[in-house]
Amino acid sequence: MKPAPFAYEKPGSMAELFGLLAEHGDDATILAGGQSLMATLNMRLSAPEVLVDINGLNELSGISVSDGNLRIGALTRHYEVAESVDVAANSPLIHQAMPHVAHAAIRNRGTFGGSIALADPAAEMPACVLCLEGEIEITGATDVRKVAAADYFKDLYETDLQDGEIVTAVEVPVIQDGERHAFDELARRHGDYAMVGLAAKASVSSGALSGVRLSYLGVGGTPVLAANASAALEGTLSDGMIAAAQAALDQDLDPFDDVSCSGATKQHLAKVLLERVARQLAA
Amino acid sequence: MDKVVQVSVSVNGNQVTKLVEPRQSLADFIRYELELTGTHVGCEHGVCGACTIRLDGRIVRACLTLAIQTDGCAVETIEGLTENGEIADLQEAFVNRNSAQCGFCTPGMLLTAAELLADNPSASRDEIREHISGNYCRCTGYQAVVDAIETAGQQRSGGGS
Repeated sequence: MKPAPFAYEKPGSMAELFGLLAEHGDDATILAGGQSLMATLNMRLSAPEVLVDINGLNELSGISVSDGNLRIGALTRHYEVAESVDVAANSPLIHQAMPHVAHAAIRNRGTFGGSIALADPAAEMPACVLCLEGEIEITGATDVRKVAAADYFKDLYETDLQDGEIVTAVEVPVIQDGERHAFDELARRHGDYAMVGLAAKASVSSGALSGVRLSYLGVGGTPVLAANASAALEGTLSDGMIAAAQAALDQDLDPFDDVSCSGATKQHLAKVLLERVARQLAA
Repeated sequence: MDKVVQVSVSVNGNQVTKLVEPRQSLADFIRYELELTGTHVGCEHGVCGACTIRLDGRIVRACLTLAIQTDGCAVETIEGLTENGEIADLQEAFVNRNSAQCGFCTPGMLLTAAELLADNPSASRDEIREHISGNYCRCTGYQAVVDAIETAGQQRSGGGS
């Protein structure tokens, strides 16, 4: 399987990028790491007329911490995030989830912003950014805006990103004293898309959980916050609380069948992950 | 024919300049334009790992990279790593442990294993399995592959048995 023919442009500046996006409109697709895009082109699920390769825009790369936020540039490769001391110290959730993102060779090329822009519902980073109440920085030809993750992920592969705009960075609040993060997922083969995954954070004080936020991946068109199950985990963790939270998950999630397993299996696995992750948060 | 674009890339240390179609994958470029057929093409959508090569020092899927994107970059293939002897110990361990049957996955497997051992020669069997999880082998059941990588790693870290 080979891609349909396309023209190739590699802008050397943001101004040039926005010029190309304005010129080609819907006919253009942005190429970042290409680890999902190239597969869809090879399978001819998509056939853009112009590929706009942003890999020359070095200003979109890099990780920094300021004003209580960890900022990850859109073109930062997954391996760079995985190896970052700043990420490990300031956002343990992202650090813990990163080894689950595909395979080594894919992490070497795939980008953080690409994962957020594509918004695959089974991808790890969208669920993590939603869990952490992060913001997506979106840049257009004339302005820069920030959108809360909860407002950004709209539906299956549908986000708040508009024509002519590009995701330029993601910001998440740095971890606070007493805050804990946990991540786990179940996949048929390590590195494959998960059947179900769970990103979680909570504040822990004297063994009691508060501010619990459970964000699931692989169970809907977007990452899904399990509000009822999260609320049921507030307090000192007990077997009864876990059972109550698992029961509450039936109100939060309604997973669809996919190629990996049925919706009913996903719902069961979501409950298995809930217990594992809740015990990690409280441990 | 589509418009062609010039690409200048270092391949196994040799500078090559070619005209390519924008849509040509790096895997096809390596195989058809450069006739280096050790890089195999399996799934063409990033799942099987047979086309694994090194781009600027890190392993990537050659089927998910365009040849045109490698302008100014350094590409290394199984031929280059074989000729310069970098992975001779790993290849010997694969032969000794019979870690290749049909051999289709072997070049990608070797490139992937080489990256792991360069960072962590004393990788555990679990770490080895995780690192090669993106490389399909339909013959060996992986046991012999893990054995060979473990053996080569132990020899490099001085704890060989």
